[in-house]
Amino acid sequence: MAERKTIDARGSFCPGPLMELIAGMKMANVGDELEVLSSDKGSATDVPEWIKKVGHELLETREENGVWHIIVKKAK
Amino acid sequence: MRILIIGGGMGGTILANNLARRLTSELKSGKARITMLSASDRHMYQPGLLYLAVGRITPDELYRDQASLLEPGIEFHVDPVTEFHLDQNEVLTKSGKAHSYDILVIATGSRIVPETIPGLAENCETFYTEDTALKMFKRLREFEGGRVVITVGVPHKCPMAPLEITFMLHDYFKDRGILDKVKLHYTYPIGRIHSLENVAKWATPEFDRLGITYETLFNMKEVDGEKKVLRSEEGSETSYDLLIAIPAHRGMEVIEKNGLGQNGWIPTNRHQLNMEGRTNVFVLGDTTNLPISKAGSTAHFEADTLGENIAGLVKMGTPVKDYDGKVFCFIEAGKDRATYAMFNYQNPPDPKAPTKAVHWFKMAYNKLYWVSARGLL
Repeated sequence: MAERKTIDARGSFCPGPLMELIAGMKMANVGDELEVLSSDKGSATDVPEWIKKVGHELLETREENGVWHIIVKKAK
Repeated sequence: MRILIIGGGMGGTILANNLARRLTSELKSGKARITMLSASDRHMYQPGLLYLAVGRITPDELYRDQASLLEPGIEFHVDPVTEFHLDQNEVLTKSGKAHSYDILVIATGSRIVPETIPGLAENCETFYTEDTALKMFKRLREFEGGRVVITVGVPHKCPMAPLEITFMLHDYFKDRGILDKVKLHYTYPIGRIHSLENVAKWATPEFDRLGITYETLFNMKEVDGEKKVLRSEEGSETSYDLLIAIPAHRGMEVIEKNGLGQNGWIPTNRHQLNMEGRTNVFVLGDTTNLPISKAGSTAHFEADTLGENIAGLVKMGTPVKDYDGKVFCFIEAGKDRATYAMFNYQNPPDPKAPTKAVHWFKMAYNKLYWVSARGLL
């Protein structure tokens, strides 16, 4: 059954939010949603770039109080 | 207060020694007790594997007897845990013994899982164990030229290892006089050649200067050993004559089997380092699910914080400080130059140009590590 998992990558310079998402994606099932929390504004561009290239689905990107919430769905 | 530490790696060892010194009188009076359970009677200096893979050290230099590193008063058993019964404050070991505790620290580390990528284990060289590092060096000795691909899995231990092995391979082939017959090609999972932006800014022109090519946004999908081709999740492929992999890692099987964390990573509070939902269980080093580097220095700085906090709990009933996410990594930039990156949850690193002085300090630290493990540095 699909579920939503949160990846709290705030304050992560290394490995960083995108690497945390790539690792989280490996542990997720197809259809699962992952919400990445990032304090790095670069995540708002580099996460969607990877999601598009690898073929997953970007559901939402928003910023709240300096934290970017990027919600993606594992598509394959 | 019975303190039980599971794992005799860097984090567990530094913590045990730190606590033994902070709790000298409590250990003597019987008010506190420190027990360590480990899977091995030997302690490996894991960063040394990088040097073993390029023939710079021999395997025996990697080890010390674990018991020789521990302060008197620490009870040490080579008897790995097989079952965690956290609700009963008890663990069971391979030999069938039960150990109960008031405070539990889990520092069991991580392992490579090349078998999760089809074809990788059979067709790559790597250097994350003694056997694989030695095998890699023997393969390098026989290598007479061709396309060398260095590829990187996620997550992996030692964030600088991909860059370091690439620079060290460059110098290794140069010293053998066959660099003109070797093409080094590097792949990395995200859109730059290192996760740390400032490290990538420094390393990219270095790669360009040395003629090392690279492909970013490349996550291993499969290896075709017959065609000698590595394919990515992103749809690209690259051919190789020699494939060097930094494989993806997982936590130890015992963690996952006991339901403590998916893929062996335990959900951990980023400041207090307690296991989420547990007030008397703490997690150190690679075993946490924290979004920080899986590196010896991470375990070291976490152990320093936890040592103060557990001593505070024993003496005053309260922890005293927060872990700030501190990490310090040397970066070997070849055979004789190095730099470093230091950062925490709030501040990114700002690495300087590599120097011989930092390289020689790293060489010195390779020996000083044994002082560090004793909790003295």
